[in-house]
Amino acid sequence: MKNKTFFAFVSPSVIIMILFIAIPLVTVFLQSFYVTQTVYQTVKVETCTPSFPTSICTTTEKSVPVLDENNHPVTETVYVGLDTYKSVLETDKVSKLIDSGRFFDVFTNIDFYKALSFTLLFTLITLPLVLGVGLAIALAVNNVSKRMKGPVIFVSLLPFIITPIIGALSIKWLFVSNGLLTRVLEKITGHEISVFANSWSIELLMVFYRVWHVAPFAFVLFYAGLQSVNKDTLESAIIDGASRFERIRYVVIPHLMPLIYFVTLIHLMDTYRVFEEIIGFASQAHVISLQWLTYDFLEPDDTGNRAISSASASSMLTMVGIIILLAPVLKRTLRDQKKG
Amino acid sequence: MEDDTPKALRQTPLLKIGSYGFLALWALIAAFPLAWIFVMSFKLPIDAFAQNPLEVIFGPNTAQKDSAFSIIDILLGGAFAYYAYQIPMRFYRTTLDYFVPVQNKSMGAFALGLSYIFILVGFAFYVLPVVSHVLNGIFHSISALSLLAKPLIGYTLQHYYSVWVENQFYIQFKNSLIITFGVVTISLTVGTLAAYALSRTASNLAIWLLIIALVFRALPHSVLVTGYLPFFINSKEILEPLWSMPVIGWLLSLFSETPPTLYGQPLAVIAVLVAINQPFTIWMLRSFFMNIPKELDEAARVDGCTHFQAFRKVILPVMWPGLITTGLFSFLLAYNDYLVTSLLLDNQNQTMVPAISAYFNRETTATDQVNAIAAAASITAPLFILVVFFQKQIVSGLTAGAVKG
Repeated sequence: MKNKTFFAFVSPSVIIMILFIAIPLVTVFLQSFYVTQTVYQTVKVETCTPSFPTSICTTTEKSVPVLDENNHPVTETVYVGLDTYKSVLETDKVSKLIDSGRFFDVFTNIDFYKALSFTLLFTLITLPLVLGVGLAIALAVNNVSKRMKGPVIFVSLLPFIITPIIGALSIKWLFVSNGLLTRVLEKITGHEISVFANSWSIELLMVFYRVWHVAPFAFVLFYAGLQSVNKDTLESAIIDGASRFERIRYVVIPHLMPLIYFVTLIHLMDTYRVFEEIIGFASQAHVISLQWLTYDFLEPDDTGNRAISSASASSMLTMVGIIILLAPVLKRTLRDQKKG
Repeated sequence: MEDDTPKALRQTPLLKIGSYGFLALWALIAAFPLAWIFVMSFKLPIDAFAQNPLEVIFGPNTAQKDSAFSIIDILLGGAFAYYAYQIPMRFYRTTLDYFVPVQNKSMGAFALGLSYIFILVGFAFYVLPVVSHVLNGIFHSISALSLLAKPLIGYTLQHYYSVWVENQFYIQFKNSLIITFGVVTISLTVGTLAAYALSRTASNLAIWLLIIALVFRALPHSVLVTGYLPFFINSKEILEPLWSMPVIGWLLSLFSETPPTLYGQPLAVIAVLVAINQPFTIWMLRSFFMNIPKELDEAARVDGCTHFQAFRKVILPVMWPGLITTGLFSFLLAYNDYLVTSLLLDNQNQTMVPAISAYFNRETTATDQVNAIAAAASITAPLFILVVFFQKQIVSGLTAGAVKG
């Protein structure tokens, strides 16, 4: 294909991606160095209360927003350098905590580090679970008769395509104070249980939700991969005396390796974005994630202001994180594509 | 049936039982939370949050205060569902040939399907209740069989009524439809063109485009929304200069008198979601195009087609499975989105998924809770139908990305 036709075909897509992905990224980068705020002026206000013989007057200094001719508050945008990053990272608080020897409190007390540590831990803990559960279901379906395949895939697709928020809610409703499973657990243990009062139990439930939601994807891929395992290799492994487990370990898993690698790539991308669980479980008081942090800055606060600058700074930091996480994987993809 | 697997590859009974048991457990875990909200959404709050799970399923209080199914009704409904599914399987071909004898059958098939759905709905709403009433009456009078006519499973449509009619959920449903329809059509149109070109070129530029698309695919959506939000809110002032320019301004004023405020515009959200979806669409469609032999379009080119003609007349007709699959995934992205729509749309234009947060934030009374559950079940229903009809396409889509990924 000639370059000219290539560009003709690709350009609509490229233009959309430049307009709606690349340019916003640049503006986010710039926004993170500027703060837009309402301009205030200090006004001396004299308030007088009628009294005898003369009225008592007090003069106070008040800061009021400057209004333009249409009575809208005037805003100005100032360059603040890295100040917004400092306020998002709360460097002062961190150094204070470290100085007082409470290093680990950084990850429980300060929003950004709390979100960062949860996001990373969550991503790394769910990954092996998703791979393991997906592989187990795929092997089990492969073991039983072909007729089971359709129904199992049908049921498995349900948690996968469900709206993430609804999926999280459907699990939450089982564990709310008057929910079914809370009652069962209370009956078994004899204690009163409130799952949504502790961060560890919420995190456990989030891990469960994520595995429930993503394992079907791994299962479908691995099952497809299992269909092309070389039967001869399997048989020769048996002749060599390999046990069932050894056959899986040395024949099946190496065969599935490209797929495992693919699921890992997609899982890292998607789980780093963890967000819907926080909304669905309404866990912001206990557990927050990086994407939720940005979302929270963007939501209007009580006075109707959106902290765009802070949101930009936390976005940039989030982005740096995912690029670091994906760098090795991207490098490999680039190599694979070049090989063709 | 003769088992033709070699003896050494056969499984011990224990392993077989273990596999079945594990799958049963997984099926239960996979379906239970969703099945449970479906059951709860039809019960009065007192039954929905009852101590005893059996009470949640059978809903004795709901049966007393509202309506209930007897065993006869359940059998009747089951038979109806079975035949409603079987009849088109058996008689679809012959009926189609009878009514639409012409060559081009797609419109005829569509009309036939639509009329079948109308007949089913009419039957379910007008004929079934009468039949059930008569049968229940008959069985009720026979004392030995009266148990079959006893109300067994209580249900109420009250929560769905209050969600859809009183709280006007249909407005959000309409908004969701507009957004998903827009996202699916635009991303497929733009995506197929790019993916086709990328699948037929091995230049460095093409590879770098793919890698950049992959990086874009990894970006958290909140990062992008941070970029849009200030612009969307102030777009009226920012775009003002464009409208006052001589020629461009005149052109633009044909579309709207003043520069639009993009915040709260469904069209703007469609554009944003298309962009977010674009990297994924390109990768998936490209992997489908890779499976179409190059010789096909080369043959068309030899016959004198331009690249675009070859694409339109030769490649597109064999691309339908890939398009449907990619369309399904675009649909899921747009339909399930919470973050973008909740930040960029205001209350009037809100779609279903963000709107549901209004329900669960309000969960003060038990009725509110069940209303929220009914809203959640309503959002899930179209997805359920999607899996029923498109299971094969979804599976092929899941595996497509991995083959050449």
